[in-house]
Parts: sequence; C-alpha cells; structure tokens
Amino acid sequence: MLALEFDETKCANCKAVSCLVKCQYMDLDKDEAKIEWQKVIKSEDSPVLDACTTCYACEEYCPFGNHPFYLIVERQEERGMFTAPRPITKQWINMCEPAGKFRLGKVKEQALSFCFIPALRSLARGRLFESALPSWILGAEFFCNVVYLHFAKTSVIKDRLPKITENIEKQGIKELICLHDECYGSFNSLAPAYGIKVPFKTTHYFEYLYNKLKEHKDAIKPLNVEVAYQRNCSARLVPETDHFVDDIFGLIGVDRVEREYDGENALCCGEIIRMVKGYKLADDVQKRNIDDIVNAGAEYCVFNCPFCYMALAEKMAKRGIKPIHIIDLCKLAIGEKPALEVG
Amino acid sequence: MSDMYEALVKIVGKNYVSNQKEERYFYGRDPGLMSPHEPDYVVMPRTTEEVQKIVKLANKEKIPVVPKGGGLALTGLVIPLKGGIVMDMKRIDKILEVNERARYVIVEGGTTEGGLKSYLEKHHPSLRHSIPDAPPIATVVANAVIHGQGRLTQQYGFNSDMVTGLEVVLPTGEICRIGSCSISKYWFSRGAPMPDLSGLFLGWLGTTGVITKMGLKLYPRKKIRDVEVFVTDKEDLVPDILFKLTHTEMVEDINIWCQPHPPMFRENHHVTILITGDSEEELQFKKKMIWDALQEYIDSKDGGFMWVMPDAKPTFLEMPLESLSKFADVRKGGGFEYSGPIVLAEDYPECSRKLAELAVKYKLTYSGMVRVIGRSHCIMFGFAYTFNRADLDEMDRVRKALHEVAEFALEQGGTHWKPTVDEQKMMMERMDPDTLKLMGKIKGLLDPNGIMNPRNWEVG
Amino acid sequence: MEKYAEQIHRCFRCGWCKFTSDYLDLNCPSYKRFRFDTFSTSGRLWLTYAWLRGELEWSEHLAEILYSCTTCKNCVEQCPMGFADDIVDWIVGARSDMVEKGKIPPRVAHFFEAIHGYGNPLKLLRSDRGAWANGTKRYEPGDEYLFYVGCLGSYDENAQKMAMSLAELLNEAGVSFGILGSEENCCGNEVYMLGEIGLFQVLAETNSQKFKELSVKKIVTLSPHAYNTMKNTYPGFGANFEVYHYTQLLYDLIKKKKVKLSQNKAKVTYQDPCFLGRYNKIYDEPRRILQSIPGIELVEMERNREDSFCCGGGSGNFIMDLLAGGEDSPSRVRVRDAYETGADTLAVACPSCMTMFVDAIKAENLDAKLTVRDISQIVKESLASR
Repeated sequence: MLALEFDETKCANCKAVSCLVKCQYMDLDKDEAKIEWQKVIKSEDSPVLDACTTCYACEEYCPFGNHPFYLIVERQEERGMFTAPRPITKQWINMCEPAGKFRLGKVKEQALSFCFIPALRSLARGRLFESALPSWILGAEFFCNVVYLHFAKTSVIKDRLPKITENIEKQGIKELICLHDECYGSFNSLAPAYGIKVPFKTTHYFEYLYNKLKEHKDAIKPLNVEVAYQRNCSARLVPETDHFVDDIFGLIGVDRVEREYDGENALCCGEIIRMVKGYKLADDVQKRNIDDIVNAGAEYCVFNCPFCYMALAEKMAKRGIKPIHIIDLCKLAIGEKPALEVG
Repeated sequence: MSDMYEALVKIVGKNYVSNQKEERYFYGRDPGLMSPHEPDYVVMPRTTEEVQKIVKLANKEKIPVVPKGGGLALTGLVIPLKGGIVMDMKRIDKILEVNERARYVIVEGGTTEGGLKSYLEKHHPSLRHSIPDAPPIATVVANAVIHGQGRLTQQYGFNSDMVTGLEVVLPTGEICRIGSCSISKYWFSRGAPMPDLSGLFLGWLGTTGVITKMGLKLYPRKKIRDVEVFVTDKEDLVPDILFKLTHTEMVEDINIWCQPHPPMFRENHHVTILITGDSEEELQFKKKMIWDALQEYIDSKDGGFMWVMPDAKPTFLEMPLESLSKFADVRKGGGFEYSGPIVLAEDYPECSRKLAELAVKYKLTYSGMVRVIGRSHCIMFGFAYTFNRADLDEMDRVRKALHEVAEFALEQGGTHWKPTVDEQKMMMERMDPDTLKLMGKIKGLLDPNGIMNPRNWEVG
Repeated sequence: MEKYAEQIHRCFRCGWCKFTSDYLDLNCPSYKRFRFDTFSTSGRLWLTYAWLRGELEWSEHLAEILYSCTTCKNCVEQCPMGFADDIVDWIVGARSDMVEKGKIPPRVAHFFEAIHGYGNPLKLLRSDRGAWANGTKRYEPGDEYLFYVGCLGSYDENAQKMAMSLAELLNEAGVSFGILGSEENCCGNEVYMLGEIGLFQVLAETNSQKFKELSVKKIVTLSPHAYNTMKNTYPGFGANFEVYHYTQLLYDLIKKKKVKLSQNKAKVTYQDPCFLGRYNKIYDEPRRILQSIPGIELVEMERNREDSFCCGGGSGNFIMDLLAGGEDSPSRVRVRDAYETGADTLAVACPSCMTMFVDAIKAENLDAKLTVRDISQIVKESLASR
C-alpha cells in the first residue's frame, strides 16, 4: 500500500503552523493550531478534520512542502469520515471509474491530456493547438483522480493513479501536456508525495500556451482589458506554475486587477464547499468572491479550472463580469472565437 | 365489409380511411410488448360530426371502435383486440379557445401535448399546462383519459384532475357536454357544483365514448425554472424525504429515479426537484427552503445535493422529456416498457428493491422512474425495463418481469396505472363486487352493444 | 446497405420525428400530407422491418409509403435517439432492397427509366440539355468553374430561368466558367435517394471521370441536390474537386463587390432547401445575399433553417410527386406559410423548390399575391448596372 511521505519532525519544529493559522475557514491562533495539528499527526480526534473544507490551501501554506492537506485527508479516511454525503461520494467515485470508454486522437510521443473533461477538448481548438492537436487522450482511464481528496478518499487515488500513469505510458507518450491543472498537480505533487512514479514528462498547459503565444506573436492584438483571476484549488499543489498566468497576460495585453481573494488568499469556487459544507458557506464564499471581482473593476474573470468556470460563470455573468477560460482568452487575443460561453 | 369501407369513405373522404394491410399492421401494434391484433379499418375524422357518424355506423353494425391518440401508453390500450375500427384522432387537433383570465383551454380530441405547449408559449406566454414526459405527439385528451401525470402533478394532482369539461360522443351517437359547458359557454368546471359526470369517461380508456373536446386548467408559467437533485443511497429514507419536500410547498415537480447505468447513478436514489420563480430572489428563497428541509440528511451524510452542471440542466428541465424516449435505445433495440402502479410513497423502498431484484432475476436493464402525485398523496412508480426488439427472448423476460410487478403492486395495496387488459382483470378480480357491478351497469348503459374499445374494462 | 436491416428495429415509434423542434407544427412532409402514422418515419421503419421479417408482403402501397419520404432529413434533426443520423441511410437501404427485387412503384420505375434512357428524369433529349444556354460558354480546361446546371435547370422552364440568371450574373462578375451543355449528365442525387445505387454509381463515376478529363477543379451547382451529392458522395468515387452551391459563390462575389446591387423593393421570405440547409448546414449565405440588396425586407416563415418545411420535391418527387393532391400537399402548405408572412416574394435557391412552388401557388390561387423567385433572379433584377 502506498504511504504518504510525511515528516513529523518538520511539523514539530514549525512555529508558524501556517497550515491551520492561515486557513480561511478555521479560526485558530498559533497555540491552538499547534495543539490541533499534533492531534492530527497523532491520529487523534481533532475539530480540524471536521472543519476542513478541502480547499487544498494548506498544501501551499506549508513552507516545508510537508503535505498537511494530504495528511488531513488520510486521517479523515482512517476514521471513516465522509466530507461530502456518502451517496455523493459514491457518485463521484463511480462516475470516474475506468470503463474502457476512453477516446484517443492520433497519439504521438507528445500528447495533450483532456483528462476526463470533454470541455477541454472543445477549448483546445484553433491555431494555438494546431500542431499538437492530432495527439490527444480523453477518458476515465487518464483521469488524474485528485478530486477524491475532496471526498476523503485517498485510497481511491492510491488505487487508481498508478494505473492511470500506466495507461498513459502504454500509449507511448513521453510528454504529456496537461490541460487540466489538477492533472499536472497530481503528477507533480501528489504522485511524488506517495512515491508513485510518473514515467513521462509533464508540461503544464500554461507553459504550452505561453510558448505558443510567443510563436504567434504577430497575430496577437493586445486585448487591453482588466481581468480578475480565479485561482483554483489544485493550483495550490503546483504554485510554481502561477507565474505563467502573469506571463501570458503580459503577452496578450491584459491587466490583472488587484483584489483581496487572489494568490494565497484565493477563494474556492464554492461548489465543493457546497457539497461538503452546505449552501450557506458556499453562497457566502461565492458572494464574497464575486463582490471582490466587481469591486476591483474587472471586466473579465479568467479561469484556469473548467469546473470553477462551470460553478461561477453564470453567476458572474449575472453580475456583469465576463467569465472566460484562459485558453479562450488567448484565442481571443489572436482573433479566434472562445469555445465556452454562458447560456 | 366493403360496404363498411365505402360508408366510412362517405363520412371522412377516401384519403382518411384505410383497410390496407400496411395501416392495419401498424395500427394493430403499439411500441410496447402486447400481442398485436389488427383493425379492419383505420379512420381519421376531422370533426365531432364525423366522429358521431362513425360511431353511429359502428353501433348500428356492432363493429368495435378504438379511439387512438399518440398510441404511446405502451400497454396495448389502443390495440383493437376485437378488430373493427381504429379511430386515429390526431386530425381533430385544433386549439379552440384559451380563456386567459380563467386559465383554461379548450382543445379538440387529437390536439397533441407538443402542439398545446408550443401554442401556449407563443400566444399565452404567462400560461402553461401540465405536460407529461411522453413524446410530444401524445394527445392531451388521451393523457387525461388514462389519468396521466405531468409537470404540475405534484402541485395539482393527476392531469385528469385538471379537466374542466368534456364534449363526448357516446357509443350510441349522442353528443354530450359535461360540466359547466353543458349549460354555459364557459368551460370552467367539469362538474361542481353539479354532479360530476366526467368520471363516466376519465379512466375508462375509451370504453364509454369518444372525447372530442376537452377543457383543461392552465397554470401560471413562471419566468425561471431550475433544478436540484437530491441523492441518497438509502431507499428507506425516500418516503420521508418526499414528505419533507412536499411540506415546503415550494416545488414544481418531484421525480425520483434509480438506475444502474451509467455507473455514476449506481447504488443511489435521485430525487429531481424542479423549482420555478419569477425572479432570482423567488427562486433562491425556494431553494433555501428546500435545502433546509433536507439538511438533516446532509448532516447525517445519508443524502446530499448533487452538483448539476450547467450543461446537464437542460436534460432535467426539458418538457417533454426527451431522455425518457432515449431509454428505449439503451439496448440498441428500440424498446422499453414499464408498469407504473400508483402506490403510496411509503412503498418506494419495497418497489425499488423489487425493481432491481426482477432485473437480476430476468437479466434486464432497468430504470425506476417515479413521479410524486400531489403532496405525496401517492406516487407513480414506473418499473421500466428496456429491451431489444430483435431479441424475442429478452422481450419475453420483460413480459415476465412486468407480470410479477403487476402482482406485486396489488399486494402492496396499489392500483395499476394505464393497465393492460390482464392488469385490468387482476384489479377487477379484487374489486369490491358491488363496485364492479356498478361499473358493469354504467358500461352497459352507455355502450349497450359493447363496441367501444372492447376487452378493456370488460366486466364479467 | 445490409447494415440497415440489422438496425432498423431500433425505432421506438415515439414520434418526435413528426414535429419541428418546438412542436409548433407537423414537419414531416409525408406525415403532414397523409396523416396516417404509416406515412411517418416510424411507420416506414416499422413496416420495412415487418417486410424484412416476412410479416408483411410487399405491396404497391408499401412501396408508396416508403417512397413518399422526401428524404428531407427533418426526422434526423428531431429524432432523439443515437441512431438519428442513420435514418436516411436506412430509408435508402430499404429502397435499395426494393429496387434490387424489382418492387418499386411505377412512378419510381419511370423515373429510373428516364435517367437510364435520357440522362434526365423528364425524358427530354440529351441533345437539348444545353438549349437554354443561349450562348453560354462551354467549359474548357482552364476555366475556373464548371457550372453544373442539373436536370431541372436544363429542361424545366422555370428552372431554366434560374440557370440563365445565374449565368448572366457570373458573366457580369467576370467569373471564368463554362457549362457542359449536352455533355452534362444527371448528378444522381435523386437516384441515390431512391435506392438505385447501381445506377448512381454509374452516374457518379461517369461524371467524375468527365470532370477529371476536363481538369475541372471547381464546380458551382445550381441545385442543392447536385451540390449535396457532388460534395458528399462523389469523393467516395475518387472525385477530387471543390464544390460550391451558387449561393456561396454569389455571396462571395457580392462581398468582393464584383456583383454590385442597387435598390429593389420587395418583401421576401426564403425557403431553406433541405439539401442546402439540413444536409449541408448552409443557412446564412442565401439570407445574407438577400439582406445585401437595398430595399429588400427579409421576413422569416415560422418554420425556418433546421425547422424548415420541405417543399415536397425531394427524392425525385419534383417529378413523381407522390405527395401531390389536396391542400395538405407539402408545397401548398409551404406557400401558405410564405403567404402568411406578408411577403410578396418567396425566394428559393433550388430548382426543385421552384418547380414545386410555382404549381402550388396556382393551386392556392395566390398567383397575384406571391411570386416565386430564385435568389439569382432577385439578384439579377437588383444589379446596379441594370
């Protein structure tokens, strides 16, 4: 059985306990946090396990890369806890169970991964994807499974992720361009944390987009718009990819507005919170997030995660904000039509 | 017989009578599993007067008449079991009047559900009717005659409860008006405060006359519709969930469904909750009432609201329900049939277990499809099994499963909805003898020659 | 074609295929005309299945039911099932079986005989095929476009006028093109739809061969039917040329100001031809042409684009007219639709629609109120140079 590579000594020496102190959904001072975190480590009862909204943020807050979130999820599962209601958990587990219905393009050594999200296939059109496009994979067989962190089910990830990497390798893929941020997080954060080998190179689609935009520099017409950025939960797993957002914005003439809920302080899209904590907190989080974007004067809200887009696009549109996936934003800059539209 | 053909031609014209084997073949069957029996003639009248002439002729010649709408009941109700005339009503399809302020419509006997929906959307956008999940070619009158249910059934009962008047051609040829329209130009009530004679025709499956016009209640159409889907893996909780949901009185329609395919739906019971509102605020308020009503199940982790992604919502919101028809092609074989007994909500757990048990026993693909009737006064539990029309063995297994369902439903204390002839017999065998006698008297009085849809509701 | 026999039982006869997408009206032309369920798509499929299983013997009535389908593709558009895209292939497959067994309605047999003998369904002389052309240049290698006129454009009085106006417009715009005249042969679209696959193959191969010999690179067709088959089916016979319907080319010429338009006051409604619209998703170009003409007010019939109601002429019915007779014949229904819009002109982009509507307008006594004009004619009348 795969085990989490977790170093207790790092936590023992930690004074800040940022994992809990910085948490946007718990109100613990350093001392309380220290005590509660030790309980988590020792697998004792702690309110932390109940209060966790599964937003992934503590993964980023930990300065030692010690995977506090993965540990919380381990502890939740050990205790047989359900973050979301049991039938919803079952639904998600069943939904992404590989059933031999995957789809492939003309797969080459370099391939685009649409994960198990058909919307990504719709997004990846046009000149930016021309050269890579014939080579793609889509299906539960290639699904990163990180989502089960939200459901206190690392066991599912441990069971499926090694097979997923095998499935990808079997396609002869040497470099996987992950269009789903969470896939990249799974191969670059979660897999190493559990000692799962990833026998191929992974490239975040941000990097791919950035390079392609440079190739198409002459076609870019600066958009000259103010945008807010909706930073998603899995971005917390791979914060080293964040700079590409600003790099891309720079290339296409987009200004990122300053706002409260950005960077480390980003807010969850709310739909996972709706499942695990109910509508009151979810509505509150979504409202604060959208209010913040409106107040910051953004014309667009740019999304990385297609599920954040699904959660918030309509609600934002009703408030006069134009929701757009970052791929679509890049397409817009070179005069192409966006794929995802509200309504 | 050729005299009869000529006589029918004289009534409706040559183009609208057929005694050719192709029409007889098609009209001798329905999409379900009942054995075929061909009519001698298919006739398509255009007016009440033509219907009257046909019925008079048939009564004189003692030839059976089976009025037919969309023919989609699946239980063989329009298969002419003694031959005779199938009267396809779909040419009598005008929408005669909408009284917007009194919120009713008068339709002809063959007006389709799709046609009425489209007409109201275009001409009376503030009004709607209780559209069933059947395909749009289903007719409004036939749906009421079989006590169909629709999108507004949770709020207002069976679609037949919404009838506000009838024009009926009796088997002996008289044209009767039932309800306020019998004494007034208005079609606002089917009976009250007078004796309600509509019960002589509704539920009788075309055995007591041919309905040529019908008044039907219309209801406010709210500007926005939305959907929530509550999911539980404990079927025993469903009756309580329904009780709590209906207590809110905030819901347009409640459907429950359980099916093993695709895998994401496995092991769970899904309660589709449709909500309407004229504003976002109204919608949000209703949603909160609903969420709060079910909070205890969320707290216990026994149930929760599924995230219905924006691209999935149209499937839940569509009217009529395309996805229901698609169930027929799950086995790539063009067929499904369901037995839909009316039972109490408390029977849901037993019914859902039986549904799955029979699927295992007979190696079938199933879907449980349930509609709440009234404020959980009862439910229609559809035991649906899909089959491949080219696989005779599978069709036979579905028949057997549905036969077991029929027995089971009655044991549960339920009644059959749109019952096959066999199911009608099963019910009549259990019926209070005096009630059965009363039915016989009514039938004998209205249809002395037994020409109307014979074998159905045939007492004794 | 064998595949259809293994699939045809999948129709549930649910009847969605009878409607428009909003159920506003019945939109299956033959069901609208005959009203027996047998004349709907599900009727055809169930009866064919019964025939294949030996439950039903062949009869002329059965064949007429099968052949009264205009292959307008409304059913494909409306059917909710996964097999929707295959329905027309199933119908063609069943017809093909009937053809092979020699069991087809006489009018269909005459249609095939005419194509065999004369290269056109009107039984008119091959040598007269280019008689309409009045000096229009013959195609020569090096011309940019081959103008494929088609059977109706070549022989039918009203369709000939379409061909003439289009030829004139192309000349006016300086387009390099030519016609085949008496060398032209039937395109085979209707032959295919009627299930005479062998004859269709001969036509497709012969035509493709001829086009190759003449080094044809681009074809512009008058008829959407020819456009459909040349674009979608001919490539299967090794054909390799660009195919355009004339409305595509004309719109391009207007955009490039090679055709200049002036005022032409008319209230126009437009009939989407099935083989341009539902088959090839060309809905916008014809409308944009009309909207480019100053003074033209374009009004839509209630049923339009994907929901357009067929003229009743498809699958050779512009000649055989199996759906004729009575006020419910599709062409008559459709001219009433057009008249209800308040339009004075019913614009078409298909010779079959033209033929069907000219007769229907007479039958409906609308001669003085509604005129059928092809888009090329309307454009020609709107030329700034006139």
